[in-house]
Amino acid sequence: MELATLLPLLLLLAWLLPLASFTVIVFAGPRLGRAGHKAGYIATGAIGTSLVLSLIALGSWLWHHPIVSTHHDEAAVHGEADRHGETGNHEEHETPEAHGEHASPVHFTDDWYTLAEFGSLKLTIGYYIDALTLGMFVMVSLIATCIHVYSFGYMHEELEDVTDPLASTSSGKPLVRAGRFHRFYQYLSLFCFSMLGLVVAGNIAMVFVFWELVGICSYLLIGFYIERKSASNAANKAFIVNRVGDFGMIIGLMVLFGGLGTFAFGDIEDANGTVHPGIFSQVRPDENGRELTVPDGLVRMAAASQMDSIYESMPSAEEAEIQIAQRITELRKHNTGYWLLILAGLGIFCGCVGKSAQFPLHVWLPDAMEGPTPVSALIHAATMVAAGVYLVGRFYPVFAPEVLLVIAYVGCATLFMAATIAITATDIKRVLAYSTVSQLGYMMFSLGVGGWAAGLFHLFTHAFFKSLLFLCSGSVIHACHTNEMPEMGGLRKKMPWTAWTMLAGCLAISGAGIPLLYGLSGFHSKDSILAQAFSFGQRSPSQAWLFWVAAAGAAITAFYMFRLWFMTFAGKPRNQRVYDHAHESPASMYVPLVILAFFAVTAGWPVPGLNLPGLLEQARPVGTAEGFPGSVEIASLVVPAEHLSHLDAVHRPVSMIASGAAVTGFLIAVLFYLVRVFNPETVRRALWPVHAFLIHKWFFDELYDLVFVKPTLLLAQVAGALDRLVIDRLADGSARFCVAVARIDDLIDRLVVDRIVNGLGRLTYGFGQRLRPLQSGLLRQYVVMIAVSTVALFLLIFFYRNMTLLP
Amino acid sequence: MFILGQPVSLSHYLVVGAILFVCGIVCMATKRNAIGVLMGVELVLNGAAVNFVAFSCPFLRADSHLALGLDGHLITLFIIVLAAAEAAVALAIALCYYNTHATIDVDEGDELKG
Repeated sequence: MELATLLPLLLLLAWLLPLASFTVIVFAGPRLGRAGHKAGYIATGAIGTSLVLSLIALGSWLWHHPIVSTHHDEAAVHGEADRHGETGNHEEHETPEAHGEHASPVHFTDDWYTLAEFGSLKLTIGYYIDALTLGMFVMVSLIATCIHVYSFGYMHEELEDVTDPLASTSSGKPLVRAGRFHRFYQYLSLFCFSMLGLVVAGNIAMVFVFWELVGICSYLLIGFYIERKSASNAANKAFIVNRVGDFGMIIGLMVLFGGLGTFAFGDIEDANGTVHPGIFSQVRPDENGRELTVPDGLVRMAAASQMDSIYESMPSAEEAEIQIAQRITELRKHNTGYWLLILAGLGIFCGCVGKSAQFPLHVWLPDAMEGPTPVSALIHAATMVAAGVYLVGRFYPVFAPEVLLVIAYVGCATLFMAATIAITATDIKRVLAYSTVSQLGYMMFSLGVGGWAAGLFHLFTHAFFKSLLFLCSGSVIHACHTNEMPEMGGLRKKMPWTAWTMLAGCLAISGAGIPLLYGLSGFHSKDSILAQAFSFGQRSPSQAWLFWVAAAGAAITAFYMFRLWFMTFAGKPRNQRVYDHAHESPASMYVPLVILAFFAVTAGWPVPGLNLPGLLEQARPVGTAEGFPGSVEIASLVVPAEHLSHLDAVHRPVSMIASGAAVTGFLIAVLFYLVRVFNPETVRRALWPVHAFLIHKWFFDELYDLVFVKPTLLLAQVAGALDRLVIDRLADGSARFCVAVARIDDLIDRLVVDRIVNGLGRLTYGFGQRLRPLQSGLLRQYVVMIAVSTVALFLLIFFYRNMTLLP
Repeated sequence: MFILGQPVSLSHYLVVGAILFVCGIVCMATKRNAIGVLMGVELVLNGAAVNFVAFSCPFLRADSHLALGLDGHLITLFIIVLAAAEAAVALAIALCYYNTHATIDVDEGDELKG
């Protein structure tokens, strides 16, 4: 079968299977076996089949488009880069080889179904499939499958009635509620469906729909233990913070749609054979060598009043159009409309900031660990937060260098801030949550400095080792029934599978490896990020400090990860009761750990013909292969091409620095928590202001509480008072007036109308009473009466006649 | 001018009818026995019938050459038939009355008084 028909079919199936499972569980839920435990099999089967289908899709893709060896690329780049070095900043414009690489990446895009059409606004369910989509599909479904299997063990308590000690009823006793095993799997299925839909989406409107679906799924799952106040608060927080980001995203969408008149990513050919250009080809048109160009629509939008006056001054519409086309070319030279492009990019990025928990909207992610641990793993690795990074990657051609700089700053701030907070956290999941925020910062940072493939590469490797780490922590929590690391210690003897797989995860996230050769997955991805940052710093010297922040972040990462591992698994048990209670988790829990550990170790390996960077390189967005040569607004800003970071001159020193940073962090952790040369307690006391700053998470929650939550509550109170004092009183007053009028009406009724009617009735009744004795029931009396009255009647008539006859 | 000294004419019939009628009324008003009351009713009916027959005399009619002059007779026949039917129904009532009250004293049946 043709690849162009096979891939959409496979991915459509893989995408809709979790929806089918969701639908079945929604309607049949509790009836699926005892306490709905078969819902787990249905959901796992669905996502497992999705995984198989995604793997088939990826396999057939690789069959048709084998990954070219990266070494060959590097060789080709060497010579080119030398030339670049000589010609300075404007090199990309004229190099013929450079134009050769500008070809659009192989992709398939079309619409499956048209939802609605309002004039030029067309909402469709479509797909955009390239190597990135396929990679995401495999990654998401693989991790989701592992988490589904793992949850069989982790959520087994939900099969019976659950006594929740953290949620108390009004009487003060712990809450007892029915188990919700099937509902958990129902949400997981919806979550997978939403994420896969987001990845496969062929237009930004559809992305937005699934974006929100992912948001609502995370809301439902974070608030899974809804009876706990903290869980419902965390769910609300996640949802509301994401709304802030989505507001920006809607602005970006509106700018893009208003200017370009389309939502689609790629060019879509309709039934008549007309090709409707998508966002990418409008922003980076072929005729301009796929350089970032302000599209006509945005120029028109920016200079709307000029366009209107041309229309008015010209006799016919055709002539006006010609004039306008000329004016647009003129205006474009002055970069009219460029700010709209920046606005669109910042808007889209704003949504990604919310979803991917970037500074300053990162506050929801650490709280999101209120959900069950498998959910945290899913949110932190494969679905929710990956969506933001994925969208930045997908929208890469639209971002102007200025937007990229903002992305880099935000990412850099996030990675450093979150890493420092993770140092002091004692809750095992909180450490991992801040680590996620920090790693997401790395991804955004990488995308911002031009490392498209490096950033997404890190998204993939991070997905594997972070889901592994979270599932391991879940296993620990399952065994110890506490999240606090100071209660743990020495657990490696009790739970070897968990301990050693988690060690693999820690090594992977710290970027352990032999410099310049092989390493764990995190080693490769983090190296490429740092190399790109270094290369960026070389081209834009004013931004060189970003690299050093990122390198420092790498050291901190290694420190807090090994702090976590040492505190949990090494040393002597700190709490004997917890230690005695601990046990290794069931096989359904540690088998996924082993699978994920395997990928956490190997996902980054540069195996010829089958490696992630090569796969991602196939999907490199149009026109970004040569970087962003120059910025319009900031003269010194140059975002270099990514292949330049593969040069030995860049890669070697960076790799040494990165490994040095990781080893430093590791050694400090050893000194503090394994060998105990330093006592963490004394350091904490010596540096108490820093410690207080970090333990309060840079006071972000307090700040937001003061700046946003408190004023909002105050405003609500004012509005409430206004309601009660003014509006309620008005309403109450009018009601009281009505009641008074009704009272008067009632009096009239009772005193006048009723009395007339009652009087008549009483009159009739009395008359009847008087006549009663007449009917005595004595027949003879009746006869006499009849006779007498007949006679009397005759007599009357007789006398009457006689009287009238009298003169 | 004593009526018995006159030749028999309409007046005599009317007197007989009136006497019958009054006897009937008095009988109805005085008898407590249901059968007695019934007999009074018969007397009243017959008094009326005598009047009808008396007034049907052809000489009393202005249009005697046009009519057969049998109207009164026919109505009287109806009265006789009706009286027979009425007597049958009334006797049945009397029997039922006896069944329920163990007497045929009409003064006892005053349950429907107002």
